[in-house]
Amino acid sequence: MSFFKRPIATQVDADAVLIDARKLIEKRLSPSSRRHFLRGSLTLGGLSLLTGCALDGDADVEAALQRISRFNDGVQGLLFDPRQLAPTYSQDMITRPFPFNAYYGEDQVRVVEEAGYRLEVSGLVADKRRWTLAQLRAMAQQEQITRHICVEGWSAIGRWGGVPFGDFLRRVGADLGAKYVGFQCADDYHTSIDMATALHPQTLLALSYDGAPLPPKYGFPMKLRMPTKLGYKNPKHITALYVTNSFPGGYWEDQGYNWFGGS
Amino acid sequence: MSQAVFDAPLPPIHPLWMRISHWLNAAAVLLLVASGWRIYDASPFLGFSIPAGLTLGGWLGGALQWHFAAMWLLVANGLFYLGMNIGTGRLARKFFPLTAAGVLRDALAALRGRLSHADPRHYNSVQRLAYLFVMLDLALIVLSGLVLWKSVQFALLRELLGGYEFARRIHFAGMAMLVAFIVVHLAMVALVPRSLLAMLGARGQEKSA
Repeated sequence: MSFFKRPIATQVDADAVLIDARKLIEKRLSPSSRRHFLRGSLTLGGLSLLTGCALDGDADVEAALQRISRFNDGVQGLLFDPRQLAPTYSQDMITRPFPFNAYYGEDQVRVVEEAGYRLEVSGLVADKRRWTLAQLRAMAQQEQITRHICVEGWSAIGRWGGVPFGDFLRRVGADLGAKYVGFQCADDYHTSIDMATALHPQTLLALSYDGAPLPPKYGFPMKLRMPTKLGYKNPKHITALYVTNSFPGGYWEDQGYNWFGGS
Repeated sequence: MSQAVFDAPLPPIHPLWMRISHWLNAAAVLLLVASGWRIYDASPFLGFSIPAGLTLGGWLGGALQWHFAAMWLLVANGLFYLGMNIGTGRLARKFFPLTAAGVLRDALAALRGRLSHADPRHYNSVQRLAYLFVMLDLALIVLSGLVLWKSVQFALLRELLGGYEFARRIHFAGMAMLVAFIVVHLAMVALVPRSLLAMLGARGQEKSA
């Protein structure tokens, strides 16, 4: 309370008098009630912190956390340096078997037929033609052995090949100044990323895993592979992508996972 | 923050900035540890899980939101604490000199129950070591946390800490050491209650209430 302490005799103004009066009253009221208040709030507060009950359910708290999460997105966007590359590894460091992970179990993996597959491209792009797998495979390919980091904390090293996403976006005449690229997937998943990450040299439209066509469990016919982002930002079974300036959110992101979700 | 008073009571044992930053730190650490335990539970790598009742956030996404919110508080408050501590000369005054012989002497005295706590203004050697340890431990936790959060952007830091997976273990070990410190710290506070009063703003030689 020494914030409010003022030399009363030298500065007789209404505010100071009021503050001092309040302090006098507080002193008389306080000893037991303040202790009671402290004890009550400490135990209640401590309990709710430990169990997470009261704090989690509160809509205001959730809204505040959501705002801080948006602030984190902004900071991460500022920290992002597109020239900074994720580390790459040698063949013998690949994690075998590479873990399967999705919001559903492995027995529910979607199988997309190659024959009817067409990738839809929409939004702020000049060329909205649909793409067959053969056309995508005809573009210049790139390979990477990089670490996949899951939001759960585990990580695994894998080998992916495909079309650098930046090449693809330039090829379809995407507005590279747009903010977001969004994805729709055959497994009803959807997500979106920032344009800077979309153009990162290691961001791939992955068509192969470990030298063979992407197996269904890793996202056949195509997944987005970004070693700069957490696993849930890497959508599988992509059927449509779009370039936009309005925030598209995502399956997990709408439930509270950080949107930027990467490094 | 004018401190001028006519009847000049004794000054608080700890400066206001230090008390504020101590309690903000306590709040940040509590939120970070409880939410961190929930994050650990998403993929426990030590063969055990933390009981859900001790965790914060409800589910992984909620825990991450708490963790990423409280980290700003810890970092901002930690920089404020270090800046003030170094800037005011308090760090040099209160924590040094620190010698192995002094720590040994005070530790033995403490075990025999002969360590004086009459003056909360003075830190004995064991306290100095413990508080310096927890400062360094928190710095290690923040640095390894930065690697987990931005493993590509903080490449040099990542390599210094032995790569992503090793940084994850450092982060966990740092937490475990922090929790061990807190247990001892709270036990000491229970044994010497006037240290709590001092941290709540009690003044110099006053007889404790």
